[in-house]
Amino acid sequence: MKIVILGAGQVGRTAAYHLSREEANEVTVVDTNEDLLRDLQDRLDIRTVAGNASYPSVLEAAGASDTDVLIALTSSDEVNMMACEVAYTLYRTPTKIARIRSAEYTSHPSLFSDEALSVDVWISPEQLVTEYVERLIQYPGALQVLDFAGERVRLVGLRALEGGLLVGKTISTLREHLPKSESRIVAIYRKGRNIHPEGSTVVENGDEVFFLAARDDIRRVMSEMRKGDAPVKRVVIAGGGNIGFRLARALEKHNQVKLIERDPKRARRISELLENTIVLNGDAADEDLLVEENIDSADVFAGLTNSEEANILSAMLAKRLGANKVMALINKPSYAELMESGSIDVAISPQTITIGSLLAHVRRGDVVRVHSLRRGAAEAIEAIVHGDERNSRVVGRRVEEIRLPDGATLGAVVRGEQVIMAHHDTVIQTDDHVILFLADRRHVEQVERLFTTPP
Amino acid sequence: MRSLLSVLNVIGSLLVMFSAAYLIPIASAVLNRDGTLAAFCAAAATSLGLGIALYVITLRFRQELKPRDGYLLVTLGWTLIAAVASIPLLLVLPQLSITAGYFEAMSDLSTTGATVLTGLDHLPPTINLWRATLCWVGGMGIIILAVAILPLLGVGGMQIYKAETPGPVKDSKLKPRIMQTARLLWLVYGGLTGVCVVALMAAGMGFFDALFHAFATVSLGGISTHDANIGYYHSTAIEFVLIVFMLIAAMNFATHYLALRRGSLRIYVRDPEVQWLLIAVAASTVMLTFYLANQGVYPDLETAFRYASFNVVSMATDCGFVSTDFGLWPLFAPMWMLLLSCLCANTGSTGGGIKMFRTMVLIKQASRELFVLIHPQAETPLRISGATIPNRIVFSVLAFLFLYLLSIVVLTLAMLLSGMDFISAVTAVVVCINNTHPGLGVVGPGATFQSLSMLQTWICTAAMLIGRLEVFSVLVLFTPAFWRK
Repeated sequence: MKIVILGAGQVGRTAAYHLSREEANEVTVVDTNEDLLRDLQDRLDIRTVAGNASYPSVLEAAGASDTDVLIALTSSDEVNMMACEVAYTLYRTPTKIARIRSAEYTSHPSLFSDEALSVDVWISPEQLVTEYVERLIQYPGALQVLDFAGERVRLVGLRALEGGLLVGKTISTLREHLPKSESRIVAIYRKGRNIHPEGSTVVENGDEVFFLAARDDIRRVMSEMRKGDAPVKRVVIAGGGNIGFRLARALEKHNQVKLIERDPKRARRISELLENTIVLNGDAADEDLLVEENIDSADVFAGLTNSEEANILSAMLAKRLGANKVMALINKPSYAELMESGSIDVAISPQTITIGSLLAHVRRGDVVRVHSLRRGAAEAIEAIVHGDERNSRVVGRRVEEIRLPDGATLGAVVRGEQVIMAHHDTVIQTDDHVILFLADRRHVEQVERLFTTPP
Repeated sequence: MRSLLSVLNVIGSLLVMFSAAYLIPIASAVLNRDGTLAAFCAAAATSLGLGIALYVITLRFRQELKPRDGYLLVTLGWTLIAAVASIPLLLVLPQLSITAGYFEAMSDLSTTGATVLTGLDHLPPTINLWRATLCWVGGMGIIILAVAILPLLGVGGMQIYKAETPGPVKDSKLKPRIMQTARLLWLVYGGLTGVCVVALMAAGMGFFDALFHAFATVSLGGISTHDANIGYYHSTAIEFVLIVFMLIAAMNFATHYLALRRGSLRIYVRDPEVQWLLIAVAASTVMLTFYLANQGVYPDLETAFRYASFNVVSMATDCGFVSTDFGLWPLFAPMWMLLLSCLCANTGSTGGGIKMFRTMVLIKQASRELFVLIHPQAETPLRISGATIPNRIVFSVLAFLFLYLLSIVVLTLAMLLSGMDFISAVTAVVVCINNTHPGLGVVGPGATFQSLSMLQTWICTAAMLIGRLEVFSVLVLFTPAFWRK
């Protein structure tokens, strides 16, 4: 697939990295900063073009005339929209994805309809991150919560702890414990290594477990893995930027939210917009302020400022002062790895969250959703099955008959409104939404091939 | 050490790939029945066996190549492949010493074309074809061929491509993927070779000679099946065809690809390197035609033009075909041609030397300095056909020039120390580092490199490798920082 990425910022670079790792993709990155591009080209097998991303001459040089996917990720919403417009008008580029940050635009869906702007898909990393953090707060104890099939099914990652009923027992006992709930453990990571889960696999203390379950069953399954975490009531957010503000607004109805913002003007502004949140003007790393605001009784502390170092340090401080669960927004993958091994509970990586929504559009086969996991090493994919028994490799077959690559697990099938956890004898039908877990994303092409039907 | 082992792993697969090149001489040996079949089969088996052994032994150490590993891979790869390529020469020609065999293989691979062999006309045809095959494979680059065929080089591929491709500006790719870029370059190269074969046959050569000389022309190797080189044919038609193809091969292959894709010759007009190359060659031809006629070397302007044009183009493009012994011309003429051989070949072509782009940068940088003397406050961007060249590249070109001249000086001094006369020493080193031949004196057009002592032969071999890999890739291995952890 020929892909042009506009903008070599954090998200653009991560997208280029992930997309160029797949052999079938040809990636070109456009940016105005030549030094950035040279550095990027030295490390990745991509082509780079320097120039203003929305200019036809620059798009032409980047090969827009025969590009399959255009991904506009520059820091300006207007440039992104213009670039999509130019690409569509001059080159009829089939798929155009733009990052749109401002809610002024995104709150008017008709702007992105067929007869208006030529943006096929818009993504807002801030919004994706907000939703992600919101789900984490909804399920205390979870490391990751990801939606599939219109929120009917969720993939939850958590750390199994002593005290959970299933810990120390085989996976097959899960059915005896919870006869009514449908769920499926799709992957277990023990000390960072992937273990393919079978019925006889024993869940151990400290394992990182990924399971799929229908939305309503999640809490029950989670309590099997670790002692009941109390529902979150008190949330402290550091940073009143886009993400912090949106999160506060989403949570303030059901939770007691405190938001710490350093800039007095910004603090004043968001205090006017938020109803029930207590907005505090101050430094999130100020020990006195945190103690004064009863950080020791906080259920969740989330460091969401622009500076990842500040997020890490304030989260560590909050943890030491007694906050129950602390999260930090971390851009650098290496930092995230360092931190999750102990000092803080959850490292939120905006790029990993965003990249999934881009990957779904470059996959062959009818892939509707991709979530990147474990810093891009693993992937969870939702694909729609097409065709019939003659031309499809999956339709009419039992799960055990489908030739999945190593480390891949077919976890769940969504048929209309019905959620079916896949067993070895589940038969796949056409139009099913199939949810797969891939422990090694290098096998993704084999999976794509399974779900493409010859025309 | 670890990175050395992982590089050896890649070189293992490189050798396996290279053993496929023996299919050409093996086919020829079967067809011509010249008694070389056993030697070539043995050489192919050695290359294959050595490659597999290297690959298997170092398999444990396999890892993604780091950027700096690229230089090691390219230099080590070329050194080893030249060694393997010399095996059939040594087997078939027992009178050849190992030094001479290695020189011959490196000379062909680096498209220098200098030879230690005499009686080329009476060599088994397969041996001659093998020399031309080496030229052809080395012309576009062994590593680039590997990148085009094998996905093994991964992300490091760009670094390796940079380490082997001639020219200062290597960041531009024809296609986003290095593998496709390499494939396109080889496709253009292969296609051009095919056209050249047809053109040479139309000009009156037999198929075998046409194939041989097409390999030697498109790669700018300049070797021939005859001791008298192109002078053997006494054919203006052949000389004309060769002039055209030598000029084409001295242009950037990326430019050829773009021109083909757009179906337009305007691309060439817009390429400043092409303009300068053609102007330099045309002006020099006219000048030397009048000079040679004036000096009484040739009786009339027409004859003078015929010899001047062919030999000027051949030397300027770093090819090295000769149609007459220009060593007998007044010294000014061959020295001028030697100067052209340093400057003229384009970036991304199969020619050697400083490259026209660097020449242009050097000239413009020099005039920029002069301009600033007069207008100390002036902003003086260095522009080549409208595009500003960043200072980073200018510095790199200046450093290249220094190292290039330093290499020539040091190697020439070594030649003098070994007892060679000045003219022969300096021209031998210059032609070897520019990957062309012949020089003057004992290495002149009427002679070969056979008379050189063992030490002198090795010095020339080193010069060819340094020149082919554009100085940096080789010399970086001799810096302590490269080996420091």
